[in-house]
Amino acid sequence: MPQKYSGRRYFTNMRWILTVVMLMCGYFHLAAMTITVGKDFPIKSINRAIAMANDGDTVLVHEGLYREGNILVNKSISVIGKNKPILDGQKKFEVVTIRASHVMFDGFVVQHSGYATLEDPGGIKVYNAYAVTISNNILEDNFFGIYIHYGRKCLIKNNRIRAYGVEEQQIGNGIHCWKSDSMEIIGNVIRGHRDGIYFEFVTNSIIWRNVSESNIRYGLHFMFSNHDAYITNIFRRNGSGVAVMFTKEVNMFNNYFEDNWGDAAYGILLKEISDSYIIGNHFKENTAALYLEGANRIIIEKNEFQNNGWGMKIQASCMDNVVSGNNFIGNTFDISTNGSLVLSTFNNNYWDKYEGYDLDRNGIGDVPFHPLSLFAMIAEKNPPVMLLFRSFMVNLLDRSEKMMPSLTPENFIDEKPMMKPCIL
Amino acid sequence: MIEIKHVSKRFGKLEVLNDVNLEMNRGECIALIGPNGCGKTTLIKSILGMVVPNSGEILFQGKSIAKQHDYRQHIGYMPQIGRYPDNMSIGQILNMMKDIRGFQGGYDEELFRCFELEGMSNKKMRTLSGGTTQKVSATLAFLFRPEVLILDEPTAGLDPIASEWLKEKIIREKEKQKLILITSHLLSELDDLITQIIFMQDGQVRFHKPVDVLLAETGEQKIAKAIAYYLKRNTL
Amino acid sequence: MNKVIKFIVLDILKNKFVVIYTFILLILSWSVFSLENNFTKGLLSLLNIILLIVPMVAILFSTIYMYNSSEFIELLLGQPIKRKKIWMSMYIGLLISMTSAFLIGAGIPIILFAFSSVGLMMLVTGCLITIIFVSLAMLASILMRDKAKGIGLSMMIWLFFSLMFDGLVLFLLFQFSDYPIEKAMIGLSFLNPIGLSRILILLQLDVSALMGYTGAIFKDFFGTSMGVIISFLCLLCWAIIPFLISLSRFNRKDL
Repeated sequence: MPQKYSGRRYFTNMRWILTVVMLMCGYFHLAAMTITVGKDFPIKSINRAIAMANDGDTVLVHEGLYREGNILVNKSISVIGKNKPILDGQKKFEVVTIRASHVMFDGFVVQHSGYATLEDPGGIKVYNAYAVTISNNILEDNFFGIYIHYGRKCLIKNNRIRAYGVEEQQIGNGIHCWKSDSMEIIGNVIRGHRDGIYFEFVTNSIIWRNVSESNIRYGLHFMFSNHDAYITNIFRRNGSGVAVMFTKEVNMFNNYFEDNWGDAAYGILLKEISDSYIIGNHFKENTAALYLEGANRIIIEKNEFQNNGWGMKIQASCMDNVVSGNNFIGNTFDISTNGSLVLSTFNNNYWDKYEGYDLDRNGIGDVPFHPLSLFAMIAEKNPPVMLLFRSFMVNLLDRSEKMMPSLTPENFIDEKPMMKPCIL
Repeated sequence: MIEIKHVSKRFGKLEVLNDVNLEMNRGECIALIGPNGCGKTTLIKSILGMVVPNSGEILFQGKSIAKQHDYRQHIGYMPQIGRYPDNMSIGQILNMMKDIRGFQGGYDEELFRCFELEGMSNKKMRTLSGGTTQKVSATLAFLFRPEVLILDEPTAGLDPIASEWLKEKIIREKEKQKLILITSHLLSELDDLITQIIFMQDGQVRFHKPVDVLLAETGEQKIAKAIAYYLKRNTL
Repeated sequence: MNKVIKFIVLDILKNKFVVIYTFILLILSWSVFSLENNFTKGLLSLLNIILLIVPMVAILFSTIYMYNSSEFIELLLGQPIKRKKIWMSMYIGLLISMTSAFLIGAGIPIILFAFSSVGLMMLVTGCLITIIFVSLAMLASILMRDKAKGIGLSMMIWLFFSLMFDGLVLFLLFQFSDYPIEKAMIGLSFLNPIGLSRILILLQLDVSALMGYTGAIFKDFFGTSMGVIISFLCLLCWAIIPFLISLSRFNRKDL
């Protein structure tokens, strides 16, 4: 082609154009380059295909079982599985390692990673990368599921992550992010890991529409991770529910916390948290729905606490929290605390145990409500007392305490209890 | 037929029966008499197995009755004060007893007819007068044609006509060679019935004699007088 | 024996009290479910009925019935029936009528409004409580010859198990709160049939709280199927042993 336009007059220009065209051709050539891997194709190894690929290429892997030890993605390429090819780590290897930015990894079954070695092997592990997308994969029986180490702007979407952990020490986390920023964790389903989703030093990130259930420890575990939000996730039947610790400015909206039972199981465990919002969440059938320790300036609003053992356990170390417009329905105890100091405010909540009246018909009860029962306090100090729970004698005790509070903190009070459940 | 051997019974400190020995046989009609609290009823209840003696044994047709119950099908018992479930009617009581006994071989409903209980069979037991209740008791005692009849104060509370019916019935049964044991205070009523007398006092049997022997001994015509005579003689 | 039982059951049913009891239970449990808009609250009110009213009615009615039936027992004693059979028939007759009153009165609303594991547990333990207190009533009535004393004893038994026992446990818990007394507490809870039934029902109802950090007791013992089985066996013992004691006393009793 260049010969056609050769001419002295245009030589300089042509050389320039030529360069552009060559570059464009090269670019298009690269973009269009797809390396197909499969047992019916010349290239049968994914690692070989990756070795052949250049940045921007696509490695398309057809269905089949691939046992290649570790698959290392060290170029900015897309690795795409067709009909869910299976990558098997034979319980010895880290299955997929991504050490490049702009990688897309989509559509695989990743299974049987190595176990419990010092390197924390994972099904898919990302090191120091930017804008990596991991989507539509099925991760089965890996030590860690997806492990992001120094990631930025990574998208982890629609993966199904399953493990069969029995003990905390012998299994890693489902989605584990460490020292990362601007992560998006969307629409994943995680089961049977140690922690479903684990954030440590992760900032400005969002966790949205995930289901994290039946994990051994926490459904979601936050540590030192500021400015994050988790919205509309379901955390169900996890060993200890959800823990958010040593963090500030976390927004927790519209999540579901269900069926977290056990000695130390909480819907959410908040420890050393400040300036956060807990709004519109649903807590159902947890041992303790919301546990606050050293929690300051938290707005707890429009949540539903239903059929929990304890609606809220608010320790005396908490300050300036506002609890309003929540519904407390069918909980064994709505509130308990470990001291007599109450530095948080409660108002406009609906308590199904409220027995007051509303003469002026403004929807707000005319007598304040004491949400803390004497028996809850006794049980807090002397747990075996629970054996007597709901006995005639304990009912009598509680009644008389409600009439003449003498042992429960007097300022633990909702001045404006609602007569009807708040519309959430 | 019934032998009582060295039977003693104490209720707490009170000695109610003290080494009682008796033998009662077929064809006899025995009056068991004595002052109140002499142990008559306790003796009867011992025979029926309602009271368990502290010592001694009671034989029915040669077999000890201890912890037995089948022998009672041969006994018809009419209690001093018949007490029946309040809510049941006469008919129901009779039917229930028939049901429980499962007796084969034709009920003796003679007294039932004589006492005209038929018309009252829907009446509840609690509405009945003492006399009517006694009629029910008497009917029940004879209903299953028992070989032994134990009648505790049978005529008490009965009107004269019913009393007469009952006496005649007792006589007829005696003639069938049955053993009949009657306790009564009204000795005059027993004159033409009884063949033997057992006199008890303070838990002991004072005497057990055929009537004619007693009368001969005392030279009296009436049993009541004979007993009175005997008592005077004994206490003096 | 069946015939005697039949007569006793018929006699009790003819006694309007049991019918009234059935109706009151029915109305109470019905209103508990229809008045409370909240299902759990309804079950809780029903729990109080089962733990308070059912044992009280069972023991009082049975005691009174036993005394009122002394005539009937006497009548039967004159018949060729074993003593054992008479007493057992009384027991079975009473428990058939009382449990059926409970099953109709509380069972129908439970099945209609709260057919769940809690509801079923309530029905089962309610029946057991009824039987247990019938059995205790028979013991009380044989221990006391005098009717007034017998009824007083029954009242005391009921009061002891529904109130005083729990007070005692609470007292012990506070006295020994520094010691590991959880196992002793399990043992202690076997001594009160009402408390044990309450725990069994609560395990279905307030499971979230009971499975909480008090776990040591609840999860490791009452929470296991073994614990539930042992608890039920214990309740059965409560239903049978007082009756057996009363039976052996009746066998030796003079009437």
